[in-house]
Order: sequence, then structure tokens, then C-alpha cells
Amino acid sequence: MSPELPASRITSDEGTISASHAVDESSTRALAVEVRGLHKSYDGVQAVDGIDFVIRQGEIFALLGPNGAGKTTTVEILEGYRSRDSGEVRVLGCDPRHQRSLLKSRIGIVLQSTGVDPYLTVHETVTMYAGLYHHPRPVDEVIDLVGLGAKRGERVIRLSGGQRRRVDMALALAGDPELLFLDEPTTGFDPSARREAWDAVKNLASLGKTVLLTTHYMDEAQYLADRVAVMAGGRMVAEGPPSTLGSRDLATVRVRFRPPAGALLPVGFSGGAGPDGFVEVAVEDAVSDLYRLLHWAVEEGVPLEGLEVKRPSLEDVYLSLTGSAEEGANLTRPVRRAAGGKGAG
Amino acid sequence: MSAVTLTLSQVRYVNKAFWRNPARVFFTFAFPLMFLVIFTSLLGNYTVHIGSVSMKSSTYYVASMACFGVITACYNNIAIAISSERDAGILKRIDGAPLPKGSFMGSRMLHALLVAVLLMVLTAAFGRALYSAHVPGGFLLVRFLLMLVVGAASFCALGLAITAGVRNADAAPAIVNASIMPLLFLSGVFIPFGKSTPDWILWVARLFPVKHFASGMMAGFVGTPFDWTDVVVVAAWGAAGLFLAIRFFRWEPRAA
Repeated sequence: MSPELPASRITSDEGTISASHAVDESSTRALAVEVRGLHKSYDGVQAVDGIDFVIRQGEIFALLGPNGAGKTTTVEILEGYRSRDSGEVRVLGCDPRHQRSLLKSRIGIVLQSTGVDPYLTVHETVTMYAGLYHHPRPVDEVIDLVGLGAKRGERVIRLSGGQRRRVDMALALAGDPELLFLDEPTTGFDPSARREAWDAVKNLASLGKTVLLTTHYMDEAQYLADRVAVMAGGRMVAEGPPSTLGSRDLATVRVRFRPPAGALLPVGFSGGAGPDGFVEVAVEDAVSDLYRLLHWAVEEGVPLEGLEVKRPSLEDVYLSLTGSAEEGANLTRPVRRAAGGKGAG
Repeated sequence: MSAVTLTLSQVRYVNKAFWRNPARVFFTFAFPLMFLVIFTSLLGNYTVHIGSVSMKSSTYYVASMACFGVITACYNNIAIAISSERDAGILKRIDGAPLPKGSFMGSRMLHALLVAVLLMVLTAAFGRALYSAHVPGGFLLVRFLLMLVVGAASFCALGLAITAGVRNADAAPAIVNASIMPLLFLSGVFIPFGKSTPDWILWVARLFPVKHFASGMMAGFVGTPFDWTDVVVVAAWGAAGLFLAIRFFRWEPRAA
């Protein structure tokens, strides 16, 4: 697979907004997607219950949430497949429901479950779709971009599930869209295929394309997304860059290690070991507390087996966010309980 | 890109996929010819009377199996293929791309029409070779082709229309056959009408398009009088089908 794209594809317009990670520019950039007060119900059940968010041009935005959270409904409203009950929605400046045909040629879509004709080859399928757009991307380039170069002459019926998913990705890219919707794009991929797909998405973002991604995989959101929003029960429960979502960058650091039996630990670390012999302690001031612990260990010649310094992972934050939305509890609850030096094993 | 270019390019892909699907090709082409052989062998050679015209039963069956073949290629094939593509998510994906609905439907109809013409030529050649059936020519051929095109397009439109009432791909063959098989019998396609055919059957045949289409085909193959009402009735059904197809077409499977 060759992730590089010919330089000629990068227009001067896109060149000026190259890096999607340039935070300083992000606030001044035009909005690719704007959603305000979006509501949608099916048979009296609120699938989407008043959400707001924006996606800036060139940004990779990930929508996370458990099944039934309203992610796919939201995405399908933006794609123009579904009508909305109320709220403002703008996609590339268009109303996706009333200006759908205008929008279709400017967006690319990977649906959660979708198909293509099993009797056509990869190359024929991509060519057919590319032919529907005004300025398609070269077919062979698209096939290489998703890593199906070796399978271009193969009929779709003979491809594996992961390879078919990559055909979906190729079709979404065929029209060289400004905005790409990826609804759980790597479900069913093996780890190396997933990594290749991620690289393909990163490449697009570097060309100034905007990506809206929904996923169940935290590592995917962490690796790809500039910003993450978490949905649960039809509402937005958190939004921010993956590194600071749910204030996890500010959350208390936890230290975990296994001291030798009977060792007299320094103040603040004497919470008592769990059944596996490990001590796990939340520390207020990571730098000085760790210094005290390590200094003590070196002085006393005590091995700190399996030493770890941890912050809540994106997954921890996600689980507490989506769990708390159901229980009506607070996000910071598990973090706060751990604070105060009372180590829980 | 004009809608015409888009439609024609779609026809090419629909055609490629069609010929690579052995089951679909087999049923489309083998059934009418197989039925032709079975009916003529099973029922022996007798004389069929239609109005003032008498003909050999084999000649009758060449015409009526040609009619049956066109209906299968258009109505059955489109309805079953569209239902299964809808269940497989193929249609939803197309709906997300900038292909106008008219080009999509037009390409399916045009392809079925081409298959129908090919099937007609094969049946006529087969009938001519084996049963020395009459093959239309001259001005009759023009009227015959008009009936063929109007009939094929109308049955395509009806096939598209019925997909709106098909719940899922499993139900498609059942609904398609339940709607067309009784009509084929009640229109005298499989067994010719006799003197004692009851009035209600004649009325059913008059109301629905199958008998009218069969009569138009018959005029070409056996020289029964060509009646423009047949073309008009079939076209009216086709127009109604097209209206319903455009109005109620679903790109996505019905939610379970």
C-alpha cells in the first residue's frame, strides 16, 4: 500500500489548511458541520435528544457511545438519509435533507452495514462509483490507498469481510469528497488492516478533508481523532480532545506496585496491599510523591515490582461517562473516591 | 455528465453483473425454452383456435412462451433482484451517491428490455428451427416490436412497483410468483382458452395486462389480428406501475 498521494492532488486552497492538528488555526476555520438542538424520535422513543456540536474543516471528529446511543441516527441525519424532528443542521453549508442532491457529490459515506454487487470486481465497482462524480479521484490511486492493490481484479464475492469493508472505504473516497462519514469503519478488521485504514484516514485529513467517525474502539478514537464527543441515551455527555476528555489530564495519578511482604511503606503509600500483593494509591502531587517513593525504595534497597504510574485511559473515562449517563451519577465519582491517599488494592 | 450517459454506463455494469450470476441467467433463459419443450411434448400436437385463426399448438406455445419469457425477464427478475439488493444494503449505498433515481431505474429497465429482446430472438429462432413456427416480418414486425418494448417496459415498471410491497428478500419470490403465476394461467398463456372457458376468467384476462400482452405477441407470431387496445391497456398498467414505483420506492430494508 502506498499512503502517499500525488502532490498535484493538493490544491493551493487545501495547502493553506494543511495540518489538522494546528490548534491555533482551528477556531478561525470554517465549519464543515453544525448541529444545534437536534431531536429525532422513533415511535415515541427519543433516539437523539437535543444535541449540539460543530466540526471544523480539516478536523477528524469521533463520535463515541454504546449501541443505541443515537450515533448512527445522528450520522444518518447529517448524510441526508433521515429527516429530523427539530433542530438546525448544516453540512458543508447545506441542509442535508432539503439540499441532499447538492450535498451527495461533496460527501463520502461508509455506512455501518452496506453492500456492493458481489459479481463485479474491485476495480469495476470503484470505477462505477467514481463515474458518478464530477471530479473523481483516480481509481487505481483509491484502490491503493485502502490497500486493495493486489485484489483489484478480484470479484467482491471472493473478498474477506475486512477486504469488503475496505471496498466500502474506497467507494467513499472515489468522488474525492470534502467530508467523509465513517460509521464504524474498521469493525471486523484484523490489527494490521486496521492500522492501514487508520493511515488512510490520516492521509485524508492531511489533505484538508474533514472526517466524522463513529467507533467503539477507544484506541481508534485516540489515534485518529482531533476531537471526541461521547453520546449516551441520545445526549452528548462529554466533548473534547482525546487527551483531555472528561478532564482525564487533570485526574489524579495512580501509582501501583508490589512491595515485599512486611515492608514499611512511606507516608501516603501505606494503604495496604490487595489480595495479589499489589498496592494501588492515588497521589495528589505526582512528582514529589513519586520522588519520595522512589527515594525510599533506593535508600532501603526495596524492589518495587511491576511499578506503574497511571492516569485514567480514554476507555476508563468513556466507561464512566456512558455508565454514569445510565445511572445518573457523576463522571468524577470513581476518580474522587480514589483520591485522598486511601489506596484500593 | 448527462442523465443519459449515466444511465447507459449503469446498464453496462448491471449487464456485467447479470451474466456473472449463473442462477439468474439460467432461470431467465432456460425456463421459457424448457416450458416450450415440455408443453408441446406433454400435450401433443393439436389445433388451437383463436378467433377465426387456427394454428398448431406448437406455434401457439412459441408465442406464449416468448411472452412468458419477457414477463420473467422483466417483472420477476427486477422485483427479485431489487429486493435482494435492498436487503444487502446495495441500494442504500447507491442512494448515498449522486446517481439520480431516474438513471437508476432507467438503467434497470433498459437492461431488462435488452435481455427480453435477446430472449425473444432466441425463442423465435428455437421455435422456427424445432417447430417451424411463424416469425414476424415486414410491417407486422414493427407493430410486434412496439408491443414488445411497451410490454417489457411496463412489466419492468410493475416489477419496480411491487418491491415497495415486498417486506424482505425472502418474501420476494413468493410475492412475485403469487402475483404473476395465477395471471399467466388466467390469461391463457400456459393453456389456451377454449369454448367453455368461464366468463370470470375472461374478465380477469381483460382487466390485467398479461392477456393483452400475450395477444400482441400472438399477432406477431401467428398472424391473429393486431389490436391497438392491447398496447394501450399494457401501457396504462405500465404507467400506473411507474407512478407507484417512483412514489413508493424504498432504498432501505424495512426496519425489522
